[in-house]
Amino acid sequence: MSQGTIDRRAVVATLLKDPGDLLVVTGLGAATYDAGAAGDRPENFYLWGAMGGAVMIGLGLAIAQPTRRVLVITGDGEMLMGMGSLATVAAQAPDNFAVAVLDNGQFGETGAQRSHTGLTTDLAAVAAACGWPSVSTLRTMAEVEAISPRLRRERLFTVIKISPAEVPRFLPPRDGAKLTARMHQALGIVGDP
Amino acid sequence: MEHPIWQEGVYAALKTAGVRQLGYVPDAGHAHLIDAAHADNEMRAVVLTTEEEGIALAAGAWLGGQRSVLLMQSSGVGNCINMLSLPINCRMPLLMLVTMRGEWGEFNPWQVPMGSATQGVLERAGVHVRRAERADEVVEMVAASAALAFDCRIPVAVLLSQRLIGAKVWVK
Repeated sequence: MSQGTIDRRAVVATLLKDPGDLLVVTGLGAATYDAGAAGDRPENFYLWGAMGGAVMIGLGLAIAQPTRRVLVITGDGEMLMGMGSLATVAAQAPDNFAVAVLDNGQFGETGAQRSHTGLTTDLAAVAAACGWPSVSTLRTMAEVEAISPRLRRERLFTVIKISPAEVPRFLPPRDGAKLTARMHQALGIVGDP
Repeated sequence: MEHPIWQEGVYAALKTAGVRQLGYVPDAGHAHLIDAAHADNEMRAVVLTTEEEGIALAAGAWLGGQRSVLLMQSSGVGNCINMLSLPINCRMPLLMLVTMRGEWGEFNPWQVPMGSATQGVLERAGVHVRRAERADEVVEMVAASAALAFDCRIPVAVLLSQRLIGAKVWVK
């Protein structure tokens, strides 16, 4: 499969521009760094572990907060580990939920080993086969800019082919208890849910 | 399907505890809870492809202000281990109900290794484990475990023994 060329930081900065009250869950590794670099905010929940869990955390959050929008931003490796969750989410059909996969076709954190999406797997086709009503694969910034508002309106699954080039590390907060507490505060959840 | 009366009590205890999302990988021993959840407009039943999805679902639910429960059988516990780092790091509650296989009257040897390891594996991963052997203790144990999980924000598993559930009957 051919590699992407667009810059991951520019992609995520576009997806998270003027975020409003968008709730964001990011998969571990570079997706977490990209979202932090776009501007840390209490409505961002960064994973630093729990690989394969980003989409399911987004689903639980979307069910609990039906009047808010949830966007999961993750990488191809994290999405591959949680591929079954694409079937689980499709079956639940949450209207307020979208997923953007930053796909560089490799495991960037561990030495740039090629991933399945860099070999044979088409994640957008997987999502479509699971029952997602709208899927896409993007390769240009113009396409990213066009889909960004739709990710805040529709139940979408989109794969964005990004350049595998390394970018500077940006390390957002990693204390899970604090990330949870500040999300609760942002949602107006006081005391024990 | 016929079910023992304590299963109704367990569902009522979950409702009393304020549970709003129920994730599950099916087991015959959970059949009543699953059916009751699907029939309940105030409960969201989420069928999972693998058990660790349910740990992440529960974390997302809590993040959004809802309580949840996760149902599985003992063979699924091993699938959850790394994902348990999520509620532990985030100081989130987790309530798991685990039907046991591989012990009382088991016919299928493939259930034995994980069944034998279930309690130890959960405890080593940081989960507080309770084990129900008798019908007359189950409802109270689930209610107390829900309080422990949600009030103290810790992961708690209730193991429902195979003797309690009834060994699966294999027709030869």
